[in-house]
Amino acid sequence: MVWNTLLLALRAIRRNLMRSFLTILGIVIGVAAVITMVTLGNGATKSVSDQISSMGSNLLMVIPGQRFGPGGSGASNFKRADLEAIREQISAAEHVAPMVTKSVTAVNQANNWSTVIYGTSNDYFPAGNWELAAGRDFSETEERAGKAVCVIGETVREKLFGGQNPVGSDIRIKQFACEVIGLLKSKGQSAMGQDQDDCVVMPLRTVQRRLSGSQDINRMMVSVRDDAAIDAAKAQLILLLRERRNIGDNEEDDFRVMDTRQIAETLTSTTKILTMLLGAVAAVSLLVGGIGIMNIMLVSVTERTREIGIRLAIGAMEREVLLQFLIEAVVLSSLGGLVGIVLATAASIFLAGLMGIPYLFSPGINLLSFVFSAAIGVLFGYFPALRAASLNPIDALRHE
Amino acid sequence: MSGTPLIRLSGITKTYGRGPAAFKALEGIDLAIEAGEFVAIMGPSGSGKSTAMNILGCLDTPTGGSYEFQGVQVERLSRNQRAMLRRYYLGFVFQGFNLLSRTTALENVELPLIYRREPSAARHEAARVALQQVGLQGWEHHTQTELSGGQQQRVAIARAIVTRPAVLLADEPTGNLDTRTSQEIMDLITAFNREHGITVLMVTHEPDIADYAERVIRFVDGRVESDRRKGEDA
Repeated sequence: MVWNTLLLALRAIRRNLMRSFLTILGIVIGVAAVITMVTLGNGATKSVSDQISSMGSNLLMVIPGQRFGPGGSGASNFKRADLEAIREQISAAEHVAPMVTKSVTAVNQANNWSTVIYGTSNDYFPAGNWELAAGRDFSETEERAGKAVCVIGETVREKLFGGQNPVGSDIRIKQFACEVIGLLKSKGQSAMGQDQDDCVVMPLRTVQRRLSGSQDINRMMVSVRDDAAIDAAKAQLILLLRERRNIGDNEEDDFRVMDTRQIAETLTSTTKILTMLLGAVAAVSLLVGGIGIMNIMLVSVTERTREIGIRLAIGAMEREVLLQFLIEAVVLSSLGGLVGIVLATAASIFLAGLMGIPYLFSPGINLLSFVFSAAIGVLFGYFPALRAASLNPIDALRHE
Repeated sequence: MSGTPLIRLSGITKTYGRGPAAFKALEGIDLAIEAGEFVAIMGPSGSGKSTAMNILGCLDTPTGGSYEFQGVQVERLSRNQRAMLRRYYLGFVFQGFNLLSRTTALENVELPLIYRREPSAARHEAARVALQQVGLQGWEHHTQTELSGGQQQRVAIARAIVTRPAVLLADEPTGNLDTRTSQEIMDLITAFNREHGITVLMVTHEPDIADYAERVIRFVDGRVESDRRKGEDA
């Protein structure tokens, strides 16, 4: 019986190609839109969290003042002694790197490039998750004596040296020449859209002596051991700095300690909201597609009622007619759903490539939108038939 | 006449609506039809002839009375059993043809065979032969809109007789056709009655169409007014 009815259903679909096509189209567009939007949104979220984890995991950033960004609150910078104290007293701290930043123009022969100099120590490389692509890091003598050596980022190499190997060459910064001893492995854009490879790293003392002219440290990066609790380490660090900066019990901190997880949560929550928003817009199109299906199915009900009358007169049983209509609706809806999924996968892979975000297949949203569209198709293909098939054959035949 | 007739109606009534607005379309019909007969049912509009036809064809159910088909009480059958009766014993030809739209002649004729679960090769062959019998060889793959009215009615006849039914029920089969085409259609129906022994019940209001039948039953106001066989005196 099922085989026979399948034949009847397929014939009915072929007979009404235009109507079948329109039914499918509504589902295809709805399903494809929802899946594409959610997939791209998930990809964007993933790419943001990937970039944040490339900053280094378990990282604490210590900045003076309560506000993030320039202007400051007049809070004093850190000193080298603060750094030593953290190293000695916070057992959970693995690497403690000072940071002094300075915007400069670097020159190599005819090429010059505006970049940022980080004055720091060898701790900066493991703490910031940096690896060297070529050359070496600073020697103890170079750090202690403040020698004019630097490790440059990929962007700086490209702008100043073109395709050449920079290690061993000199670049000129302001009045002094500086030997390039290493090249950082490229990390690409940061979560905030900065080019992380656009930097020159020097020993702290070199920058303090030759560029900033003070003993101040603008920022500190503290990486926490994998086995230690980051929250506890953070609390300890805050306590230590309050003590060292003589902050009374009732006064607020004049510095801030942020962990990368906090930054990650802030940023990914934004993209998650965007994903939900896009998904909601796409869900509307799925709904509109669903209404289109209802419309087509209901409009054709008069013609179909007469068809049901003919079939009953010829000797079809009620349940055979219903099964045929059910199969018809299921075949059309699932075909539409499958085409939608294929289309969405192609569009997502293409768009993800275009936007530079990873493509993440999400079974949940594929299943959900497929089931939803199929349910609409089946409901509105089947229920008008249910009514028609229960009529007396002659009433169905005479239906106007 | 002896034994059980093919069809026996006793006291069949049909009422539409309820209460004071109720309309009695049939007011007690008694009728017996033998296998192999060619019966024309005549009468003015509103006389109940189509209603009687739909009840005979199990397309509609009577309000009262008893309908025996080959000795079986039809009003005791379930909906599905009545569908089986239509499937295996009855064939229909309607005034408005009632072919499936956008479907080829061949597929229309195959339809009752699909419900009879005939294998596809036998189905194709039977449908082809039936179309040949109604003079439509070469038109197998044309759809409704590509066929004339007469051709559509031939497809409908082919669909009705492809299963070799016991009874062919025709409701105004020539109502939408011109005189010459009507004659061709009636010749076909007569041939199936004579050569294949198919009992024919036909509703018509045209006397020259009724002339093809051997027996004419005349309805007036939901009752049988007269019932004559050819050769009997008026």
